[in-house]
Amino acid sequence: MTKYSAFKVFLEGLGGQQGWSPAWRSPQPKRRYDVIIIGGGGHGLATAYYLAKVHGVRNVAVLERGWLGGGNTGRNTTVIRSNYYYPASARLYDFSLKLYEGLSRELNYNVMFSQRGMVMVAHSRHDLEGAQRWVGAMQLNGVDAEMISADEVKRRLPVLDASPGARYPIWGGFMQKRAGTARHDAVAWGYARAADALGVDIIQNCEVRGFLKNQTGRVTGVETNLGVIETDKVGMAVAGHSSVMAQLAGFELPITSYALQAFVSEPLKPVIDTVMLSLATGLYISQSDKGGLVFGGALDHYASYAQRGNSPTIRQVAGALADQMPSLGRVRLARHWAGIVDVVQDSSPILGETPTPGVYINCGWGTGGFKAIPAGGYLLAHHLATGQAHDIAAPFGLNRFFTGALIDEAAASGIAH
Amino acid sequence: MLLINCPCCGPRDEFEFRCGGQAHITRPEPPEAVSDKQWGDYLFTRVNPKGLSLERWVHAAGCRQWFNVARDTVTHEIRAVYPMGEGAPSLTTGAAQ
Repeated sequence: MTKYSAFKVFLEGLGGQQGWSPAWRSPQPKRRYDVIIIGGGGHGLATAYYLAKVHGVRNVAVLERGWLGGGNTGRNTTVIRSNYYYPASARLYDFSLKLYEGLSRELNYNVMFSQRGMVMVAHSRHDLEGAQRWVGAMQLNGVDAEMISADEVKRRLPVLDASPGARYPIWGGFMQKRAGTARHDAVAWGYARAADALGVDIIQNCEVRGFLKNQTGRVTGVETNLGVIETDKVGMAVAGHSSVMAQLAGFELPITSYALQAFVSEPLKPVIDTVMLSLATGLYISQSDKGGLVFGGALDHYASYAQRGNSPTIRQVAGALADQMPSLGRVRLARHWAGIVDVVQDSSPILGETPTPGVYINCGWGTGGFKAIPAGGYLLAHHLATGQAHDIAAPFGLNRFFTGALIDEAAASGIAH
Repeated sequence: MLLINCPCCGPRDEFEFRCGGQAHITRPEPPEAVSDKQWGDYLFTRVNPKGLSLERWVHAAGCRQWFNVARDTVTHEIRAVYPMGEGAPSLTTGAAQ
């Protein structure tokens, strides 16, 4: 693996850029692997990386039906935050945020993590009281959060309509200063390159079509379009397609798949230097380094596996933007797209063992999987390598739906689904 | 955008409706004999099909009646609309992959 550095870029500039090598290999699958990861998005690639790096398990394959990071990793709005309510969630998402803080250096790959902060804006007394409760929980959990005044919100977000007749008046808000954004493709590519350098085989255009099991029901391999590949352990990180893959493996999940849309506008000069979330409309927005406004809102209204948007939701989300930031009302959209997200009733992920022995799962992140990539990968790798759930992952097992120990972030931290 | 043929009001914009999720879920009984696994499955486990999906919908901004819809989750095509309490129509699962 060529080590990336400013000096290397300079040197290659002198030599006509001829000295670069591919960031990862494209090997044919071996007959057998110690661990097979299904899904070459951020979570799957991170799992492979931490298996090799932390646990020394290097005979690992990542099987991806399409191309790396072509699912939700390439379809989100790149926001990273850890502003959750319950202690279990705070530990999980803050662990992820901490891993992001060191990720570019660890992977020798610039993931462009920009801790520009995130402002949650309250538009009524009720929003403000909810925000205070939320901030109180975050501070008790040891996660940075602070209430900010209406004047401070207006100072940080001059683009918001703060006139006396504003449709969404500004009552104040709260801020997590360590939140921010990262380059989504770079996260997938950085993990892929680092995992490949440690010996992981990344196999694209390889679709899993079935599972092989022995008499006791334990997994012994997977059937793919490239033939049978043997293994004792399978890690599944396929987001919106988790129910489909689980059915192949012989179990069901408490998941419904929805389309979540995101939008990017034509490039503008800088107008927003933080991430904003409106507690009234669910609109979230940031501005990319290229100048495009990247924004999104609520889920589409019904279950879907179609990776495309639905016009009533576009009207709702773009309408919220135009209401709150009238000066942007005539800005044109450059693109919009949809990812298929795996929504669970308590809006918390599912991590760990499944009813099929040897198959482990990482799913149920719903609308918030990107921010959790390092943690999701680290924790699944821990479970695959040691056979035990990591302390942070333990509360998120599939059994919580049968014991009743739900972690209901939908009610607690006001998630839009 | 869906045009949903409400059994009472006729074809209307999807924005007037709400989807109530998977249809034909039966509550397990009797309560004293229901295991935690059965109860968890009843409350939370869902088929979540890629392809033909049988769902409950309500015409929230119209007649407020509930009814069932057979819809493809890949193409969003509505294959059938049928009353609550009626069994699922026999439809081949669409060419969804």
